[in-house]
Amino acid sequence: MIALALPAQDSGSFTPPGIDEMHLPAILPWGAHDGFSKQMLLVILSVVIIATFFILAARKQQLVPGKLQFAGEMAYGFVRNSIAKDIIGGKDFIKYVPLLFSLFFFILVNNIYGAIPVIQLPSFSHVGGAYVLAGIVFFTWIAIGVKKNGLKYFKLATVPSGIPWYILLIVVPIEIISNFLVRPVTHSLRLFATMLAGHLIVMLAGSGIEFLVMQENVLLKGASVLVLVGAIAMYMLEALIMALQAYVFTLLTAIYIEGALHADSH
Amino acid sequence: MNQLIISAATEGEKGTNPLVPNIWEMGVVLVGFAVLLYIVVKFVVPMFEKTFAERAEAIEGGIAKAEAAQAEASAALEEYKQQLTDARAEANRIREEARAEGAQILADLKAKAAAESARITEQAHAAIESERQAAVVSLRSEVGTLATTLAGRIVGEALTDDERAARVVDRFLADLETQSAGAAK
Repeated sequence: MIALALPAQDSGSFTPPGIDEMHLPAILPWGAHDGFSKQMLLVILSVVIIATFFILAARKQQLVPGKLQFAGEMAYGFVRNSIAKDIIGGKDFIKYVPLLFSLFFFILVNNIYGAIPVIQLPSFSHVGGAYVLAGIVFFTWIAIGVKKNGLKYFKLATVPSGIPWYILLIVVPIEIISNFLVRPVTHSLRLFATMLAGHLIVMLAGSGIEFLVMQENVLLKGASVLVLVGAIAMYMLEALIMALQAYVFTLLTAIYIEGALHADSH
Repeated sequence: MNQLIISAATEGEKGTNPLVPNIWEMGVVLVGFAVLLYIVVKFVVPMFEKTFAERAEAIEGGIAKAEAAQAEASAALEEYKQQLTDARAEANRIREEARAEGAQILADLKAKAAAESARITEQAHAAIESERQAAVVSLRSEVGTLATTLAGRIVGEALTDDERAARVVDRFLADLETQSAGAAK
C-alpha cells in the first residue's frame, strides 16, 4: 500500500516499484534486522486458519457428512487420492499424506493471501519460507531413500543401470548435480519467483494506474482504464498461478518421495 | 530484473538481494510449518482416516447384513420346500394306507358275507332236514293209521278178490294225494 503511494509523490516521471518495495516496514522492529514482518504474521495466521478449518471439519466424524465436513473431506481427499495415492501408490502412501497435506494447504493459503485485497501479500514472495519448505522436502526424500535402500541409495539415485562406463563418466556428474544440487534450488525458487513476480506485477499495475490518473492529459488519464483491464487479467492469472504453484510444489514432493521409495526400479 | 538486483546491491545494506533470506522469517516458517505438521499428523489425518474407515465399514457392514438376510431367506425357502415335499409324501402315504385299508375292509366284508350266506344255507339245510324228519315221523304215524284204515276197508270189501284189493289201494292213494294237495293249498 505504501509502495503504491510512493510514485505518485512526484507526478513528473514514473518510477516503477522495485524489489525494495517487497520489504514493508516491520510491524514490530527489533535488533538490526527487519523485526517482526507482515510475512511472519501471515505465516502464523495461515497455520491457525488451516488447523482451525480442518479440525472443525473433521471433528464431528459423521458417516453422512454435513457441508463443512464434506468440504474438508473433499480438500483432504484431493491431496490424499489425487496426489499421494496416484503418485506414490501402494500401501505406504498413507504415511506421506500428512506431509503432502500440510505442504499443499500451507503453501495454498500463504499464496492466496496475494489475491485477497487488503492482505495482498503472498508470504513466499520472500525467499526464506520457500528455502525452508524445499529444504524439509529435500532432507525428507533423502532420508526415505536411505531408509529404504541403505547407503546404496546414493548409487541407485546417481548411476543409471544398463549404460556403458564411458557414458557413465558424463551421466553420473549430471545426475548428482540435477538430483542433489539443482532439485532443491529449483523446488524453492519456482515457488518464490512466481510469487515475487506476481506480486511485482500487481504492484506495478497499481502504481501505473495511479500515476496515469494523476496526469493532466485526459488521454493519459483514460489510458489508465487499459492498464486496469490488463491488471485484472493479470490478477486472475496470478490467482490461478497461486493455486497451481501449491499443487506443483506438492506434486513434485510426491514425485521425489516416490522416486526415493522405488529407486531400485528406476 | 538484473538491473534491479544490481541497483539494489549497489544501494547496499539491508539484504535487498531477493535471494538472500531473512533468518527470522525462515525460523517463523519452520516453526509454523512444524506446528501445522504436528496438528495434521496428530489430529486431522487420523480423524479423516477414521471417518473414511468407518464409512467403508458401514457400507461393507450393510452389504454383509443384506447378504446374511438373503441367505436366511433362501434357507427359509429351502425349509418350506422341504416341508412341502414332506407333506406331499405324507399325504401320499396316508392315501395309500386308506386305499389298502379300504381293500382290507372290503375283503373282510366279502368274507363275512360269504360266511353269513354259508351259515344261512346251513340253517336252511338244517330246517329242511328237521322238517323232513318231522314229516317222516308224522308220515310214519299216519301211515300206520292209514294202513289200518286201508286194511279195514279191504277187509270190509272182502279180502278174497286180488283185483278188487288193488283197486281199493289205488283209490286210497288217489284220495291221499288230493288230501295232501288240499292241505298244501
